[in-house]
Amino acid sequence: MTLATMNGQDVHVDDEGFLTEYDEWDHELAKTLAANIGIELTDAHMNVLEFLRADYKEQGETATLRRVTTMGGTPTKELFRLFPKKPAKKMAYIAGLPKPVGCV
Amino acid sequence: MTTATSAAPIPSFDDDAGGRKLCIICSKGSLDMAYPGLVLANAALGEGVETHMFFTFWGFDIINRKTMGHLQFSPVGNPATHMPTALMGLPGMQSFATHMMRKQIEGIDVPEVPEFLELITDAGGHLWACRMSADMMHLTKDDLYERVEDIISASDFIELSEGAQTIFV
Repeated sequence: MTLATMNGQDVHVDDEGFLTEYDEWDHELAKTLAANIGIELTDAHMNVLEFLRADYKEQGETATLRRVTTMGGTPTKELFRLFPKKPAKKMAYIAGLPKPVGCV
Repeated sequence: MTTATSAAPIPSFDDDAGGRKLCIICSKGSLDMAYPGLVLANAALGEGVETHMFFTFWGFDIINRKTMGHLQFSPVGNPATHMPTALMGLPGMQSFATHMMRKQIEGIDVPEVPEFLELITDAGGHLWACRMSADMMHLTKDDLYERVEDIISASDFIELSEGAQTIFV
């Protein structure tokens, strides 16, 4: 684990740059994380991120794409539009959560 | 151990996936043999890999409108059931085993076959049917799941899979 500075605050990240402390995340940080990977956050993005955050808090693991679709209500196509190519990992990164481990 | 640095690393999501392309040949239509291809296709799409599924022979059951929702699991001759072989052929055993497997699949929140195909095509996956199998079974495109793009020949598939990694299930 590494201590890094982002938006002028200290945050803990893993070797790849994923945040490792749930409570260190906030909306401003999300914007910076998104910009790091070329995504400009909109309300549609935020809805998905809020679902991921809340679901992680309840379940203790990052939701898979299918779970975001079935439980979070955002269709698969929309997820691929919002977070192109690798939606599951990109969502997790911006939401300050670990990569999802589920297969489906 | 926590070490201090100034800038956080940025993950490389490698959007191009190196132009990676995957073709999955689905040749079997039992419940247990349908899922490996579906799961891998879905995972590949989630990693930004161009993905094609080619359904041939018994794999047609996965895209045949009449059968796709009712695939069966046969425990006969399957040592993985860890049950006495003599019992497996008894009447009702196949539907019991199928029921159990469906429950297990549902239990881990994995979709049924038709919904899985919808998921895969929503994620940008391509579905193709084999010409020879269609001819043998006297099936046309109208008999197949509506998101199957076309019925194509073996040579078409060879062209399609140029430069792809191909998995035979």
